[in-house]
Amino acid sequence: MEVQFNDVSMTYDGSSRTVLNDMSFTIEDHSLVSILGPSGCGKSTTLMLISGLLFPSGGKITFNDRDVTRLDAVSRKVGMVFQNYALYPHLSVIDNIAFPLKMAKVSKKERMETAREFADLVQISDHLNKKPNQLSGGQQQRVAIARALAKKPSILLMDEPLSNLDAKLRTVMREEIRRIQQQTGVTTVFVTHDQAEALSISDKVMVLDQGVIQQSSTPMDLYENPQNLFVAKFLGSPSINTFSLDQIADALPERLVAQLKKKDVETIGIRPESLTQTEPGAGLFTGEVTHIEIVGKERTVKVKTADGTEVIIADIPVVFDVGDQVSFGSKPASLFYFDSEGIRMVISDAE
Amino acid sequence: MQNKKTWKVTFRAFLYLLPMLIIIGVFNIYPIFKSFAMAFYENYNMFSGENDGYTLENFNILFSDEEFHEALTNTFVYVLFVTPISIIISLFIAIMLNNIKFLRPVFQSIYFLPFVTSTVAISIVWRWLYHSNYGLINYFLGLFGIESINWLTSPDWAMPAAIIMSIWKSLGFNILLFLVGLGTISKTYYNAAKIDGASTWQRFRNITVPLLSPTIFLVSIISFINNFKVFDEIYALFNGQPGPSNSTITVVYYLYKKFYTEFDYSVAAASGIVLFVIILIFTLAQLWLNKRFVHYR
Repeated sequence: MEVQFNDVSMTYDGSSRTVLNDMSFTIEDHSLVSILGPSGCGKSTTLMLISGLLFPSGGKITFNDRDVTRLDAVSRKVGMVFQNYALYPHLSVIDNIAFPLKMAKVSKKERMETAREFADLVQISDHLNKKPNQLSGGQQQRVAIARALAKKPSILLMDEPLSNLDAKLRTVMREEIRRIQQQTGVTTVFVTHDQAEALSISDKVMVLDQGVIQQSSTPMDLYENPQNLFVAKFLGSPSINTFSLDQIADALPERLVAQLKKKDVETIGIRPESLTQTEPGAGLFTGEVTHIEIVGKERTVKVKTADGTEVIIADIPVVFDVGDQVSFGSKPASLFYFDSEGIRMVISDAE
Repeated sequence: MQNKKTWKVTFRAFLYLLPMLIIIGVFNIYPIFKSFAMAFYENYNMFSGENDGYTLENFNILFSDEEFHEALTNTFVYVLFVTPISIIISLFIAIMLNNIKFLRPVFQSIYFLPFVTSTVAISIVWRWLYHSNYGLINYFLGLFGIESINWLTSPDWAMPAAIIMSIWKSLGFNILLFLVGLGTISKTYYNAAKIDGASTWQRFRNITVPLLSPTIFLVSIISFINNFKVFDEIYALFNGQPGPSNSTITVVYYLYKKFYTEFDYSVAAASGIVLFVIILIFTLAQLWLNKRFVHYR
């Protein structure tokens, strides 16, 4: 099912803060879309608005061109996995999964069959008669997904479903979610603050900050072509290094600097992994190595330049020690230029 | 603090507990055993404490007494009406109160007032409400064309009058307990149930009732025990009489009457024991139901 927001705004009663500001987007049928943003950016509110547990203070929400703005959660018939799973503590696993069907007055035999089928899908069939408090976090999560899917909803909403799991299980479960989504083809909206989660499983990621969509694109595109400084800083780990134009202007070709100045470029961003070591004195900057961290195959080096800026460099051969003066440079094509508003500027002929 | 459980420490703890133990012993524990014994005494003299040994004759007298049968029937009618109706109404009001933010403390206090008001004062007010000529209740019934009812003077209406007043009086306490219980149910279960397509009634049936069942159980046990012991509502509402022509006599009223007006101490004690056994059976039955149907988190 296609979900569309048209200029949706949200302000909670008794609060003057606008949580969402004239938000418009479309979620395509059968896709898995992540809403990514820091806490308090309005991502959970967006999900609640799709579910019908909250009503917008302005704008229009449509499901497949049907206006559902004023329909409540009971009649919108979406599936939802809550952050704390919200499994009914008095019902067994199978009854939890069958609950939406019971509410829809499906016959007992039929709903038990369907519930078993979905228990198989999420691989929880060995625990059908247990109560939720006898299950581990990952198992509860599976039950919650099965319950959300059991009524065959046209859209599945997930509110930070992995945040209560430990690191290893999180990776397993996010692959599970991807598998289940592809197997069932249900349109899925996945809310998270964890970029790795969002980037690894989504068809499309919507980056949200302060109730405004910053950019909505494929995971690859977001990383390679951030439209503004927020997206550039939010995605990527370790996060992007930023310099002011004046700081490194000397190391750049004069023609380019002139062009950048003309376009009002203020900040230049360089991904830690696109920096490489250069001859001493050459490159974009020179600084003292303050920290070297090698964890398995991952290398992170921290360098402090003469003016005190700390730069992080990743994935390079380490042929120096802490305290050495080292220079680093980068291909001009891997530099990101941002103007004073933080908007990405594309300089067409960089060389 | 000394934490080891030595004899010395235990003894000192008992010393601190002693004053209360003496009071409870004299006024609660001893009378319980004494009244058990009294129920089996033959020709008991209350003042000299003399008796002619033990007998079952008192129970024989009790069970062949027409008035005691009537008291038992009335008590059962009273309990079986007041308890469930009061629980249902107070649950309903508690859910309503739980859903409003505005003026909630005010309404809560209003509903709680009857509980902290003396039964005698309440009965005086209700006697006016029930008055066959000037009462507010008959006035309202008159608006709907219903002829005025002799609430307090007709043997047929005396019991309903007592029941209505008792339900009203018991609401406050039950509402308070239900509100506490409702407060422990997380809102996410309701959100999840809404998402699962549960209507208001289905949410009540499938979320509120099972998750509130420990509170419902507690309230029903307390109400059953309290209602079986009904005395002062009857005594005060009918001005010291067990209703018109004995129509609202209850087991405790019967006990009171045997003890204070007929000085039949052993039969009074025997009726007390019968009531004790009835309450015990009811409580055990509820404990059994509790095990089967109540969900504890």
